[in-house]
Amino acid sequence: MSTWFAQHLAALRDALRRLAASPLNTVLSLLVIGIALTLPTAGWVVLDNLREVTRGASSVQQISIFMTLDAARRDTGEIESRLRESKAGSWRFIPKDEALKRLQTTEGMAEIIASLPKNPLPDAFVIEPADVQPASLERLAKTFAGWPKVAHVQLDSAWVKRFDVFLRIGKLVVTLLAGLFAGALVAVTFNTIRLQILAQGAEIEVAKLIGATDAFIRRPFHYFAALQGALGGLLAALLVAAGGRLLAAPVAELATLYGGNFAVRGLSLGDTALLALAGMLLGWLGAQISVSIHLRRIG
Amino acid sequence: MISASAVTKRYPEGLEALKNVSFEISAGEMVFITGHSGAGKSTLFKLLAAIERPTAGSIVVNGQNLAALRRSAIPYLRRNFGLIFQDQKLLFDRSVLDNVLLPLAIVGLPAKEAVRRARAALDKVGLLEREKTLPIALSGGEQQRLAIARAVVNRPAILLADEPTANLDADSAADILEIFRAFHQVGVTTVIATHDAEWMSRLAPRILRLEKGQIQEHYNDAALDGAST
Repeated sequence: MSTWFAQHLAALRDALRRLAASPLNTVLSLLVIGIALTLPTAGWVVLDNLREVTRGASSVQQISIFMTLDAARRDTGEIESRLRESKAGSWRFIPKDEALKRLQTTEGMAEIIASLPKNPLPDAFVIEPADVQPASLERLAKTFAGWPKVAHVQLDSAWVKRFDVFLRIGKLVVTLLAGLFAGALVAVTFNTIRLQILAQGAEIEVAKLIGATDAFIRRPFHYFAALQGALGGLLAALLVAAGGRLLAAPVAELATLYGGNFAVRGLSLGDTALLALAGMLLGWLGAQISVSIHLRRIG
Repeated sequence: MISASAVTKRYPEGLEALKNVSFEISAGEMVFITGHSGAGKSTLFKLLAAIERPTAGSIVVNGQNLAALRRSAIPYLRRNFGLIFQDQKLLFDRSVLDNVLLPLAIVGLPAKEAVRRARAALDKVGLLEREKTLPIALSGGEQQRLAIARAVVNRPAILLADEPTANLDADSAADILEIFRAFHQVGVTTVIATHDAEWMSRLAPRILRLEKGQIQEHYNDAALDGAST
């Protein structure tokens, strides 16, 4: 057990020594790995923030029916009875007077409304359909639009739906990007380890001749690659945090202009650890492939 | 300790380096393998160290048949040997001490104990004062002694050397000879491939003479004379 521990400690020390021995190489490799991991991570953070923006928005699907301005009490009664018959869901009638009253309570609107010769608002119905499948919603909206004295039918949360689809596409793009850059990271590590093995051919050959197991020879390379990957992951987290900081002020300003307050959400400590772990595993994988291919040719 | 029976080694190019070679070496023996260059000395060295496998026949070391050994078992077999190569295979980017530490790192000896043992091995070959030197700064004889220190630091049961005096002057060769004699005297089985006639007259080894890949075993007359006095 203590032998096992000592050998792993020695491999780790060896890996650290190699990282420190060629600082320029190390910095360049870390930059490549760091940037490769930064792009998908930044994409993920942006998506996460966008999702946060829409979380506040109502996810309840509503359909609004606006009557024509000349619709009489009789006409709205007709719509009411049709709604009752259709069993589309629960609904609420908002008469034009009530809508006007509600608008008057909104700051700055009272004067404008007072100056109007007559109520410009129509009677309206707000329906919360029982079936919220997008296809059924579309069908309902079409049916409503065909009823008499209906001026306009609006699917209130259609934009949330669209935005959701947009987010899903974004997620797919980020996933593909992550896959690509993961591949790049493995390739970069593969090559780094290949060069190291070539440079240490003599040492590896001698070690094999005097009784080194394959595991003994592989270990320092695995540690090196895993360490490099983990550091690259941390660098990526740092870059994303820096980017978030730069964006925080403009985003807050934008949010204020829209009358809300929104703070950019960065990476949590857990996310950072996950990123380092991902870099570590990918580095290890690159080393494993490289070592398996290249060590067989020595000794 | 080492037993070869009907060993044949044929290289892909068709060269038959060893033909039907059989011999036994018991524990604590000192054996020289001699013969002209191209007689198969180095091939036999490589077969004994499991660097190459025989085409036919079997070699048994410490009860293990090398021909049937799995690849993953070879490193552990090699740890029974102290190997001294014709081209020494020193690591020129590492200090003398670090070269000797390598076999101990491989078996996972704790650093403190490893350094203690490496220094003891360097002391035995007279290189203790040069532990921080890089091998390139050593003379030919010193490099050979460093190779020996690395071979014995693990206290192997068998010392296996391929032409250890090939490129040395007479004085250096005599130093190396004394070192081998000392290890043999403490019970290490010593097998040396050499064509150095001087050695044969000064030590009393058993000699396996190879000729065109075949073995002719006999005792050196001069050595027998020496042993009887």
